[in-house]
Amino acid sequence: MATTEKRLEVLKTYKIYIGGQFPRTESGRYYVATNSKKENLANVCLGSRKDFRDAVVAARNAFGGWSGRAAFNRGQILYRIAEMLEGRKTQFIDELIKQDATRTQAENEVNLCIDRLIYYSGWCDKFQQLFSSVNPVASSHFNFSVPEPTGVVAAIAPQGDSLLGLVSVIAPIIAGGNTCIVLASATKPLCAVTFAEVLNSSDLPGGVVNILTGKVAELVTFFADHMDVNATVFCEADTATQKMIKEKSALNVKRVVLYDKVKWATAAGQSPYFIMDLQEIKTTWHPIENIGGAKAGY
Amino acid sequence: MATKKNNTIKLKFDSARNLAPAPESKSAAKIDQQYDLFINGKFEKPQSKKYFATINPATEEKLSMIAEANTADVNKAVVAARTAYDKTWKKMPPAERAKYIYRIARMIQERAREFAIIETLDGGKPIRESRDFDVPTAANHFFYYAGWADKLEYAFPNRRTEPLGVAGQIIPWNFPLLMAAWKIAPALACGNTVVLKPAENTSLTALKLAEIIQEADLPPGVVNIITGAGATGAAIVNHADINKIAFTGSTEVGKIIQRAIAGTNKKATLELGGKAANIIFDDAPLDQAVEGVINGIFFNQGHVCCAGSRLYVQESVFATVVRKLKDRLETMILGDPMDKNTDIGAINSKAQLDIINKYIKIGQQEGAEMYQSSCTIPKKGFYCRPTIFTNVAQSNRIAQEEIFGPVLAIQSFRTDDEVIEKANNTPYGLSAGVWTDKGSKIFNLTSKLRAGVIWANTFNKFDPTSPFGGYKESGYGREGGLHGLNAYVNII
Repeated sequence: MATTEKRLEVLKTYKIYIGGQFPRTESGRYYVATNSKKENLANVCLGSRKDFRDAVVAARNAFGGWSGRAAFNRGQILYRIAEMLEGRKTQFIDELIKQDATRTQAENEVNLCIDRLIYYSGWCDKFQQLFSSVNPVASSHFNFSVPEPTGVVAAIAPQGDSLLGLVSVIAPIIAGGNTCIVLASATKPLCAVTFAEVLNSSDLPGGVVNILTGKVAELVTFFADHMDVNATVFCEADTATQKMIKEKSALNVKRVVLYDKVKWATAAGQSPYFIMDLQEIKTTWHPIENIGGAKAGY
Repeated sequence: MATKKNNTIKLKFDSARNLAPAPESKSAAKIDQQYDLFINGKFEKPQSKKYFATINPATEEKLSMIAEANTADVNKAVVAARTAYDKTWKKMPPAERAKYIYRIARMIQERAREFAIIETLDGGKPIRESRDFDVPTAANHFFYYAGWADKLEYAFPNRRTEPLGVAGQIIPWNFPLLMAAWKIAPALACGNTVVLKPAENTSLTALKLAEIIQEADLPPGVVNIITGAGATGAAIVNHADINKIAFTGSTEVGKIIQRAIAGTNKKATLELGGKAANIIFDDAPLDQAVEGVINGIFFNQGHVCCAGSRLYVQESVFATVVRKLKDRLETMILGDPMDKNTDIGAINSKAQLDIINKYIKIGQQEGAEMYQSSCTIPKKGFYCRPTIFTNVAQSNRIAQEEIFGPVLAIQSFRTDDEVIEKANNTPYGLSAGVWTDKGSKIFNLTSKLRAGVIWANTFNKFDPTSPFGGYKESGYGREGGLHGLNAYVNII
């Protein structure tokens, strides 16, 4: 075959990720992702309210299984995600460059994301020990408190970057046993969809992470008012939207977590306290039988 | 067919009703004719110039007149709290802060009897409960959190903390003094100052606590206690110079508060309603379980957010458990809350009694079968017979909605998975109970029930060291224990 002939590049279809599958948005709508040079990068799904609701169903169905897994197993899966990301580094770097990053910036961002996943992988079976307590109650009871995942989390990923914000938000949510629906950066959506492919090949059960693309302004209300969502995460400094989210969240007493002041690229962008932001504390009591009055003598 | 042998004989408790009255004396408690607002270390007349009556729900007699704080009064209290925060409290060495809180704990212990009597007179709960539970637990709460004040750097690994500032705290009428302790103690220990509003029906013990705070020489303005109803609470919630709202009460009001503070930087902890499932498996020690169920729903007349108001009994022991419950119900002594023999005191208010009666009617209309104890009800005061419903459907309102009274809805189940599903099928998630002799089953249940407090083979136990609070629509944040500190600090 003639090698001088220019080979036609196969373009990727950027789809959304719901319940471990890559459907197109049910709305059939799309928008064109561009970069600062106004180059068209891809046709991206303009996700709809129905997509979000489907994703909530998938996340709810996945919650029991994911939260019930051994913490050690969750740690291994987060590690596996990091492995997969490492293996597909160049693809992410290319996409980041397309979306206006320099090569150095892109490499740094991907490396940081991989390391961050490893960091949270390690926390999966440790944060519980750090934030649990055995409570010395005054009555004859054994009493202990442990963190448990809040449930289904609807998160709007930081809109300013393509991959780092997304990974930094998702990792602590799932490390803690929650499932989530995440809306990618609207202006830089490419890496989010590719990251979904990484998740999909990492033994992460379908539905644990669902990734949508689309417009924040159109979808954010549903992230806040859906009755089967337990918590909403928002990372922008837009106070009007913050207020709206908090108001709508009152419908079913959602936990609202705001990360508008977090600098994801710094060391402060990772911590077990991010895991604890989406944990509930459960306290269990049981009586201690005290018959006969035997004492430990030696 | 051989008739099945009863595993217990029906006990006769007829004589229980005839116990001689054993009333606690009112003389050990001093209640003033009128109470003003406790602001900046002094009792001050309300700028509203208004007072409202507080009554004894057991007799409907007026106990005292309580000042009604308006927006200007709230503002005055917040200014006092802010000044105390900036000038005194946040600068005070934590170990000194601790000593003030210890002092409050000790003074409550010294005046425990007086507090118990007033709590019972003002709220209608049996003196045995206020004496043995409310008051000592309140004192212990102060004692526990006092010790945290100078140890906060150990509470949050790898982080420092700072206080939030001024905390606005709104508490309910079911455990007036205890809820005040749950709110004030951790707030002070973490270095915050406080504006607290008790419920309008039950202000007295909070005002007595104000006397203690004054006696303890706490710097003026560190704790301000202002009285009033919903409008006063709203003025606290909406005050611009408050950094934190801590609320215990209904889910309905909790949602209003969550909305009201949406556009602000106020932090919040909400301890809201519940509809706890109490689950009895066929291998449970049934007599203990029945006692636990009784305590779970009739403690404090069922005015408990974590009350075990839904009972699930495994089918094979259903009939036995229901019979034992009915027998036990007959032995419960309803009447004068001041009598030391009383099990079930007065319903806290006429309004609450109306709500309970409304639900009792709804339960019957929905087709559930009602059983009430045959006890007589005092002519004066607000009382409700202990009530159980069988033949209840999961969708019935008495199985779904919080009644906040002595009304139990009983359903049956066959398998573990079925009861987990049913127990979790509620927007609430405050507490749950499990009764079984099998340890592995306990942990299966306790890990799958979505609620903040799980009692296994016990119910309605509380301790200052034990975090309390809900999942889902039962609110967020914890009170008590190490985790309760989180509600009153910024982690930096």
